Amino acid sequence: MTDLPAQYPGAKKLGLVIDLDVCVGCHACATACKEWNSGGHSAPLPDFNPYGEGAWGVWFNRVHSFEEGEGEDARTVHFPRSCLHCDEPACVTVCPTGASYKRAEDGIVLVNADICIGCKLCSWACPYGAREFDQDEGVMKKCTLCIDRIYNENLAEDERVPACVMVCPTNARHYGDLGDPNSAVSEMVAARGGKDLMPELGYRPVNKYLPPRHARSVTAASAEAPAAVPIGDNKLLRWVDRLLSR
Amino acid sequence: MNGMSWRQRLRDYWSPTEVIDTSPRVSDEVKYTTCYMCAGRCGIKVHLKDGGIRYIEGNPRHPVNHGVICGKGAAGIMHQQSPAKLRKPLMRVGERGSGEFREIEWDEAIATALEWLSRIRADDPKKLAFFTGRDQSQSMTGFWATQFGTPNFAAHGGFCSVNMAAAGMYTIGGSFWEFGEPDWERTKLLLMFGVAEDHDSNPIKISLSAMKRRGAKSISINPVRTGYSAIADEWIGIRPGTDGLFVLSLIHELLRADRVDLDYLARYTNAAWLVIQAPGTAEDGLFARDDKGSPLVLDKKGAVASALAVDVEMRMVGEAKLADGRRAVPVFQLIAERYLDPQYAPEAVAATCGVPAARISELAAEIGRVAFEEAIELPVPWTDWAGRRHETMRGRPVGMHAMRGISAHSNGFQTCRALHLLQLLLGTVDVPGGWRYKAPHPKPCPPGPKPAGKPGQVDAGKPLAGAPLGYPMGPEDLILDADGNPQRIDKAFSWEAPLANHGMMHMLIKNAWAGDPYKIDTLFMYMANMAWNSAMNTAETMRMLTDKEADGSYKIPRIIYSDAFYSEMVAYADLILPDTTYLERWDCISILDRPIGKVDGPADSIRQSILAVDRDVRPFQDVLIDLGARLGLPAFVNPDGSARYPAGYKDYLTYHERAPGIGPLAGWRGVDGESHGKGAPNPNQLQRYIDNGCFWKYELPEEQHYYKHANRAYLDNAVALGLIGNADPIVLQLYVEPLQKFRLAAQGHGAHQPPDRLRARIKTHFDPLPIWYPPFEGAQVDTEAFPLNAVTQRPMPMYHSWGSLNAWLRQIHGANRLFINRMTANSLGLQDDDWVWVTSHAGRIRAQLKLMDGVNPNTVWTWNAIGKRAGAWNLAANSPEFARGFLLNHLIGETLPDAPESNADPVTGQAAWYDLRVRVEKAPAAEAGESAPHFAVLGHPASLPKTPDILRYGWNKR
Amino acid sequence: MHPALSIVFFTTASGAGFALLTLTGIAVPLGLLPSNPGFGALTLMTAGLLAVAGLLSSTLHLGRPERAWRAFSQWKTSWLSREGVLSVAAFIPAAVFAVGWVIFGRVGGVSGLCGVLAGALAVGAVYCTAMIYRSLKPIRQWHNRWVVPNYFALALMSGLLLLDLIVRFWARPVAILALTIVVIAVAWWLKESYWRFIDTASAPSTVASATGLGRRGPVRMLEPPNTEENYLLKEMGFRIARKHRLRLRLVVRVAGFAVPLLATLAALMGLLPLLAALLAILSAALGLVVERWLFFAEAKHTVMLYYGAETV
Repeated sequence: MTDLPAQYPGAKKLGLVIDLDVCVGCHACATACKEWNSGGHSAPLPDFNPYGEGAWGVWFNRVHSFEEGEGEDARTVHFPRSCLHCDEPACVTVCPTGASYKRAEDGIVLVNADICIGCKLCSWACPYGAREFDQDEGVMKKCTLCIDRIYNENLAEDERVPACVMVCPTNARHYGDLGDPNSAVSEMVAARGGKDLMPELGYRPVNKYLPPRHARSVTAASAEAPAAVPIGDNKLLRWVDRLLSR
Repeated sequence: MNGMSWRQRLRDYWSPTEVIDTSPRVSDEVKYTTCYMCAGRCGIKVHLKDGGIRYIEGNPRHPVNHGVICGKGAAGIMHQQSPAKLRKPLMRVGERGSGEFREIEWDEAIATALEWLSRIRADDPKKLAFFTGRDQSQSMTGFWATQFGTPNFAAHGGFCSVNMAAAGMYTIGGSFWEFGEPDWERTKLLLMFGVAEDHDSNPIKISLSAMKRRGAKSISINPVRTGYSAIADEWIGIRPGTDGLFVLSLIHELLRADRVDLDYLARYTNAAWLVIQAPGTAEDGLFARDDKGSPLVLDKKGAVASALAVDVEMRMVGEAKLADGRRAVPVFQLIAERYLDPQYAPEAVAATCGVPAARISELAAEIGRVAFEEAIELPVPWTDWAGRRHETMRGRPVGMHAMRGISAHSNGFQTCRALHLLQLLLGTVDVPGGWRYKAPHPKPCPPGPKPAGKPGQVDAGKPLAGAPLGYPMGPEDLILDADGNPQRIDKAFSWEAPLANHGMMHMLIKNAWAGDPYKIDTLFMYMANMAWNSAMNTAETMRMLTDKEADGSYKIPRIIYSDAFYSEMVAYADLILPDTTYLERWDCISILDRPIGKVDGPADSIRQSILAVDRDVRPFQDVLIDLGARLGLPAFVNPDGSARYPAGYKDYLTYHERAPGIGPLAGWRGVDGESHGKGAPNPNQLQRYIDNGCFWKYELPEEQHYYKHANRAYLDNAVALGLIGNADPIVLQLYVEPLQKFRLAAQGHGAHQPPDRLRARIKTHFDPLPIWYPPFEGAQVDTEAFPLNAVTQRPMPMYHSWGSLNAWLRQIHGANRLFINRMTANSLGLQDDDWVWVTSHAGRIRAQLKLMDGVNPNTVWTWNAIGKRAGAWNLAANSPEFARGFLLNHLIGETLPDAPESNADPVTGQAAWYDLRVRVEKAPAAEAGESAPHFAVLGHPASLPKTPDILRYGWNKR
Repeated sequence: MHPALSIVFFTTASGAGFALLTLTGIAVPLGLLPSNPGFGALTLMTAGLLAVAGLLSSTLHLGRPERAWRAFSQWKTSWLSREGVLSVAAFIPAAVFAVGWVIFGRVGGVSGLCGVLAGALAVGAVYCTAMIYRSLKPIRQWHNRWVVPNYFALALMSGLLLLDLIVRFWARPVAILALTIVVIAVAWWLKESYWRFIDTASAPSTVASATGLGRRGPVRMLEPPNTEENYLLKEMGFRIARKHRLRLRLVVRVAGFAVPLLATLAALMGLLPLLAALLAILSAALGLVVERWLFFAEAKHTVMLYYGAETV
C-alpha cells in the first residue's frame, strides 16, 4: 500500500543516527550490510560482471567521501549513505503497485519484491539514491533496516540491531526510535545538532546525520601555558643543581 | 474470508501485503576463528548455513576487536568465493612470466621441492633463500629456516616498518602497533605521526572514536588527510620525511620551557649515565662503567657512582672526572646541549617541514601544558623494581602513535628514535595517559638475541647456530665473511644495513639476480608478490626474474612459490605450492611471532579450519613441516627419523617447544591445561582455544598495568609467564650505545672495520642521539626536476593485493587516482580528471588526477596496489585494475639515485619507498584514458574457473 | 536521467495517439470534423495504434513486465498508476465510440458521449504522464510548472499534425491547419520557456544540503563509494555535454517546430499540401523524439550531488 501510515506524535520511527565526526570511511558498514543482506530478507544482492570491467552490484549502503572547507582548514568527511526511511517517502507514494510501502508499526520503508514490476520510478523519486535495482530479478531492492535482524528472536538481544550498526568500528552508527524524543538517539540528535539531508525537499528523513565537530584550537587551549624560559649563555644552568634519585 | 469486504479482497489480490519473516534462522552453526583479510588478526564468528558461509562478524569477547570487524573482514565471503584461488600444484612450462603451467600432483610437487632442497642442504644451505611476505607464521617459518641451516630468511618487515621496530626496541624495548599503543582510555592529547589506515586498524578505530567522544584531543601529523587524520581535531600536513626534524623542534621548545620530566628520566632511563668524552679514542661516546661493567652516574658530591645503585642521588648536568682522568658527562647534558641549538628552533625548521613556526611552538606549549598541568594520579599502589612502594601511579597524559609514514624513509630509524626521545623526555612511556607497552613487551633494552649466519654458523647438512634474525650490539655481531663482505643474500647485517633486524627482502631479487654477494640456487617464497606490488622498481624486478645466463639458464636458477591465489608472482615461479584460504587452515598468532597482546596482559590466538578444502591445495605450513620431516631437519623428525608432527601445523602448534615449557601457544599449557605462559604441551590445547573463541588472554592485575619496565610485580610475573628471561628492571635508552660502537668502528677503532666507501655514511647516521637529515633520494636528485614527494597508503577496505580478487572490495577500489593539492595543481595548470605523466629518477607512469585540499602542497599520493597486471587474479583483461589502475612502485628505485647502496635507511636497511620524488606533467590528449606502463597479459592455469557474469551469492540462503 | 528509448517512444507516441483520440472524440460529436466512418476508421486506428504501441513500449522498460497489471492498483497516490488506469480506461469508451462511429456511422448519442468521454480520459492520461515527471522533487528539470503545459502542447501539436494529414482525404482542413500553426507556435514558446527556465533557475538542493555539511566552507566530493558505475549512476548519472545539448536543441527547434510550422503553412497555402503535411508529421516525429530524449538527458537528479555534481 502506497498510502502512508497516519502519523501521530510519539509514533515509532526506527532509524539511524550517523556520526560524521568519527566516521573514518572504512566501508565496514557497507560490506557488512552487503554480507548480511546477501543472505537476508532481500537476498541475493547480485553483482554484475564481478570480475571484469564495470563491475557493479546491489548495495544498500555506500560510503562517499567529501572535503569540507578549503586549504589547510579542509576536513575530509566520510559519508555513509543509505535509506533514510523518510516520513514523507515519495518513493512509496509514486509506486504504482503498492510494492513500496512504509510500515505503520515502525516506519520502516520496504519493497515487496513479489509484486514489484521494476518500473524504477521509486528510484527516481528518492533524492538520496537509496533505491537499488536488481537487474537480475527485475525488481527494486533497498535497505530494510535489517528487518530480519532487529526483531530476530534467534539473535541475542544486543545483536538485534542493523548489521551496519553492529559492525561499525568507530561506533559512528546508532540505531533507535527517533519518534521517541527521550530515546538515546533522539537525545544525541538534539545534543549534537543532528541534520536532515536535503530538508528543502520535504521528505522529512528519519535518519539523521551528526555533523563533524569544530576542532578546538591549539592556541586557545594553551594560551595560559608559560612561554619558553629565556636561556642565557649557559643553557644548562637551570639544571645544574637538580639532584634526582632513582 | 468472511467479513472481508470486496475492496479488501480485491486489494489483497492486486497488491497483497508483504509477509515478512522477522525471525529467520540465522545459521546452522557458528565457528570462531581469526580473520586474515589484513594483518590485524581480529577475532571472528563465522556463521555457517546450508553448507556455506552465511556471514562473518566480529567476536565480541576478542581482545583485539571487541566484536567489530572492518570493511575487509566483512567481505571475507568474497575472499572465499574468489575465482582466483589456485586449485592444484603447478609446474611452469612456458617461459617465466608467461603464465603457462602444467598442473601436477602433490607427490610430484613435494618430490621436486625435496630434490632441489636436499641437494642445497647437503651442499651449502645458504644457497636457499627463504623469504615470506605477510606471513603470520614467522616463528615457524624462521625456525624452519634455522633448522634448514640457511641465514637467508626474512619476512616483509624490511620494507614494512623495521625502522619503527628497531628504533623502539633499541630505545624503549617496545614499539608501536603490536608492541605498544597510546593509553586510549586516559590520554588527553594524542599525537599520531604517519599513521595510515591499515595497521592495527580496528583497535585504533575503536579507540580513536571513544577518545573523541570523551573529549580528548587528537592531532594528526600526516601529509594526507584521510581516515584517522580526517577525524583528527587538528591536522598538520607535514612534508614527508621531515617528521624527525619536526619532533626535534618540539623537543627544542620543551627543553627551552623546561617541560621535561627529570624525575622520570632519572628513575627509568639512562639520562644520568655518564658518557665518556674522549674524542679520537676507542671509548669516546661509550658509557663510563665501573669494573663490574655497571654504568656510572655523577652523584651529589660530584663523584661517580654505579647507576644501578638503588638510592643514589644523581646529577643530570655536570662533568665527571673518571678514575683514568677522562671526562664524562651525563646523557641529559648531551641532549640539552644538542637540541637547544638554534638549528632546531621552530623558525629554523618551519620551511623544511612545511609547518609554520608558530604552529610548532603552540603545539609544544600544548604538549607541555597537558603533560605537566593535567597530570594524572591513579590511586593504584605498586612496587618498583627496588622494592619501593608507591601509593599512586602518576601519568602524563600525552599519547603518541606512529606508523609507516615516518618509518619508510631513509631517515626513519632516527626519526622514530626522535619520537621515543620526545616520549621519554615527557615521561609518557608506560604511564597513565601516555603510551603503554603491549605484552610481551617491554623487552630488555638493548634487545637480544643476536643474529646467526656468520661463516662458522652455517654448515652443510646442519641447522644454523641460531635464529637468522636478531639484534646486533656492535660491529662484531654483523653477519659478514672473513673479508667483511655481506654473508646474507639480502646484505642484511652488513655495513650497508647493520641493524637490519627484519632482513631486507626488497634487495633479495636484485642480489640473487646479480649473484651479489654470491649465487643462490633456489628462491623459496611465500605470500610475497615480488613480481608486482611488493617490489620496488617493478618492471626491472620482473626482468631480473626472467633474465638468463649465456647458457640459457635463468640467473635465479629455481623459484618455489606458495600462494593461495593467482597473484602476479605465481607466473614468475617454477614450482607453485597452492595454499589454502584463512578459513581452511590451522594457524596461530603466537607470542613468539608478532603478538596480539594487550596493555593489560598477553594474548594469543588460533585459526581453525572451518571449511573443508574443495580443491587440491594444502596449507603452506603443513607442506613446510612435511618437507622439514622429509629433509630430516632435526626438529621436525623423531629420533627414529619419522615425522615429528604427522598432522602438520596443528601438531606443531600443540607439541612444539621452543624452550622447555614454551611453545607457539601460551594458553592452557601443562598436561592438565591449567598453566599459562609456560608449561608442558597439552594435547587438548587447541580444543581449549576453540572452547574459548579461539583466543587466550591473560589479565594482569591492576598494579601491573603501568611502569612495567620498572614494576617489580610485573617483571616477576613476566618471567613466570615466559615473556622475558629475567626480572631486571629495563632501563630505557635515550642514548643508544650500540650505535656509537658502529660509529667508533667507522672512525677506525676496533677489529671490525667498514669498507671505506661506507665510513662517512656510518659515522653520520649511527649517532647515538637522534638526528635528522634529508631523505636520501631528495638529497641526491635535482629537486627542481623532481619537486614533489610521492607517497602511497592502503585504503581501509583494501589490503594490498588481497582485495582485487574480492568481488565486493574491487567495486570500492577498482582503479586509483593520483591525488594532488588543489593549489599545486592550479600552479601546474592541471585540473581534476586530467591524465598526467609522473616521472621519477627511476621511471615514469601515467595516471589520472584527483585534486584535493587535504594534502601537503608538495606531495602527491595514491592508494597502494590497486593497479594490477593484466591476466593476474583471474580478472578479465579489460578490468579497471589494469586499464586505469597504476602502481607507484614503478617509480621507486631499489638502489639510490647516485650510489650503489639500497634505497633504504642506512641503519636498518628499511626500504625508503616514501622518499620518492617526482614531477607531474599533463599527458597529451591522445594518451588520456589509460594508465601506463602496461605489460603483456599473463596466461593462467587451466584449472582456474571461468568467472561468472552475475554473482548471486546467498540466493539460496534467504 | 538516462533516456530510456522505451520511455521516449512511449511518451511521444501515446501523447500523439491520445491527442488524436481527444481531438476526434470531442470534435466529431460536436460536428467540427467530418463524421465519415472511413475517417473514423483511419483516425481511431492511428490513435489506437500509437497509444497501444506506446503503452506496450513502456512495459519494455519494466523489470517484470508480466506483473504490469498490478500497476492499476495504486491510483490513490501514484501518477504512474493513474496514468495506467486512465490509459486503459480511455480504451473502453473509445472502443464504443469506434464501433458506433465506424460500424454504425453514429457520432451522436451514446457513441458521441463515449467519444467525448474517451477524449476526456485521454486528456487525463496525458496529464498523468506529465505529472509523473512534474511530481518528482529530486529532479528540478521536471519538478516545475512548465512540464505539464509542455506535455499538453506537444501532445496536442502531434495530434493535430496527424489530423492534418488524415483529415484532408475527407475535408479541406483550413481551420485545423490554422489551429495547428497556432498550437505549434504555442508549443514552441512553451518549450523555449521550459529551456529558459531550466537554464536559469537553480536547484534548491546543493552538495551542502545533501550532506548537511558546509560549516567549514564549500563542500566537494573527494571519492565516490565505488570506482565503477553503479545502478544509480547508470540510471541517474546521465550527462550530456553542453555542445551536444545545444546541437540537439537546435534539432528540436528545426525538426520539431520550424519545419512542421512552415510545412503546415505551406499546406494551408496549398503548396503540395499532402506532402507538406507528411513532411510536417515526419519532421515533428523526429523533433519530438529528440525533444523527449533531451527531456531526460537534461534532467539532473539530486543523487548526483553525492557523486560529484556541483549543481543539479
